[in-house]
Amino acid sequence: MSKAATGREEELKSVTVDATGVYYRELNHRVRELVDEGYREIILDGVNGQRYIGDGLVDDVTIIINGVAGNDLGAFMDGPTVIVNDNAQDGVANTMNSGKIVVRGHAGDVLGYGMRGGKVFVTGDVGYRVGIHMKSYKEQVPVIVAGGRAGDFFGEYMAGGVMVLLGLGEEPPLTGDYLGTGMHGGNIFLRGPVFEDQLGKEVRQFPLDEEDRCFLEGLLEEFAADAGMDLSGVKTDEFSKLSPFSHRPYGNMYCY
Amino acid sequence: MMELVFGDQYSKWQVDTCKVPAACGLSGIISRDGKVLGGNVIIESMRVIHDRGNGLGGGFAGYGIYPEHRDHYALHIMFEGAEGRSACEGMLESELEIEAAEEINTRSVPAIQEAPELRRYFAVPRREKLARESIEPDDFMVRLVMSINTTVPGTFVFSSGKNMGVFKAVGFAEDVGEFFRLEEYNGYTWIGHGRFPTNTPGWWGGAHPFNILDWSVVHNGEISSYGINKRYLEMFGYECTLLTDTEVMAYLFDLLVRKHRLPLEVACSVLAAPFWKDIDSEADPERKALEQALRMTYSSALVNGPFAVIVGYSRGMVGLNDRIKLRPLVAAYKDDYLYVSSEESAIRQICPRPDRVWAPKAGQPVIGELKGDV
Repeated sequence: MSKAATGREEELKSVTVDATGVYYRELNHRVRELVDEGYREIILDGVNGQRYIGDGLVDDVTIIINGVAGNDLGAFMDGPTVIVNDNAQDGVANTMNSGKIVVRGHAGDVLGYGMRGGKVFVTGDVGYRVGIHMKSYKEQVPVIVAGGRAGDFFGEYMAGGVMVLLGLGEEPPLTGDYLGTGMHGGNIFLRGPVFEDQLGKEVRQFPLDEEDRCFLEGLLEEFAADAGMDLSGVKTDEFSKLSPFSHRPYGNMYCY
Repeated sequence: MMELVFGDQYSKWQVDTCKVPAACGLSGIISRDGKVLGGNVIIESMRVIHDRGNGLGGGFAGYGIYPEHRDHYALHIMFEGAEGRSACEGMLESELEIEAAEEINTRSVPAIQEAPELRRYFAVPRREKLARESIEPDDFMVRLVMSINTTVPGTFVFSSGKNMGVFKAVGFAEDVGEFFRLEEYNGYTWIGHGRFPTNTPGWWGGAHPFNILDWSVVHNGEISSYGINKRYLEMFGYECTLLTDTEVMAYLFDLLVRKHRLPLEVACSVLAAPFWKDIDSEADPERKALEQALRMTYSSALVNGPFAVIVGYSRGMVGLNDRIKLRPLVAAYKDDYLYVSSEESAIRQICPRPDRVWAPKAGQPVIGELKGDV
């Protein structure tokens, strides 16, 4: 299905599917059929834990999920927009390449594992091992923003991309232990102070520069619009920035 | 690594299995007011996480289900053959005063095959036996269960508490629930499990929950400390016979809480002990001393490896994760109900709009207890 098939002046073809009690395989098969039929907005009502929604989809479509999105939402996804009007479970945006996922609720563990492009916005908390093994290449820069807090191993082995925690209504620390352990690329921005004993030994705090501030401002504006939240109280100078101080933490490992 | 030696007694119940990735499914619910729910509720919850299991084990435990026999131990026993049954019943007859003995009602479900004979016995230890050895009834029952499970061929006691019962089989959880007619039982706590065995055989005795007396455990993960835990438990007379790592968890709770009288939270901090780095940086000296003492006293009861467990007991239900959260666990409150599950969807299926849903922290127990008597 080529993107050119739907002209810009053509009306958005929208369809609603009742996903109540539908087995995940059947549901995802139906979504692909609807995409092939030219629908550009697919609304899934009554979702409750169906896995693999939006996985591997490459088309310019929007999927709106009403209900709890199951594991591996948007895995390998390359282009679509997914909006979840509830919570999401584990493995959101696993190895996602491009597109956007907005979760209006909380999300579970291992979000953004190996993610290599696109954006994930979560209004609430995210779980353990978020953004591990994330990577970037040239213009492919994955971004994760969460409005709440995160568990241990945030950004473990992170190799590229950006992660932001807003900690709205929360007291620091916003993450658990082993923050950025093994990290060797990318940046993490946490609102409020960071405690040294949480940090993996490969990361350090750096001051935000003008480029960071400008980037954060644009990102917060986009997040606020997608999340339907007022973030006027969030100032970029409240953030701590964490970056790896070596791009090759294991460069000497085999040398002595 | 577990040492697996299969006697002939296992051959019939064992289902051929290849090595597959692990992802068991758990779900549990308790009414802290003690309101009873039909077993169909936990079946509906487990049905949503069908794909976390692979049909090689499913099971449930319900509490409050035998109010008419509340003062008797309810023994659920599976028999492979008449020989085992007659030997076992001989032992029961000589050791116990049996109030009632009956078949466990089942219905024919195509997916559940090769069922052993399933019977239950409501009984208490014979008074003269207790007096002769001046032994507590609970200890007497543990010893009897261990003795039957280790000496009687093809016979396993898989449930031995009061006013509770375990129902388990080889099959998907929802089929196992249908098979055991779970909707006919009413309990204030239900826990369920769909199994995806990785390192150990899928057989009837190896399905979860694992039970001893009051304690029932369902588990997702892999207990890499099994060997240490097993040898430690053997010193206290617990015999691991069910060929699955989770078994140690039920016996550890019985040992730590019933025998050693540790508060439940403390027992949980023995199983999922804080790391030494966190103990070293603990500011409260009293707490630090306690944590140090527990780690040193109970180093062999530390449970290592990835786990999420739900533990049922007559007063409540506990959800607990390993210390770095290597398996999922979600909890929710609604009115007086506490829910714990591997996936939020399993909770939302039976409680669409909880008051609060959250992911418990690694190593921190979520405990729901009855407010009064039931």
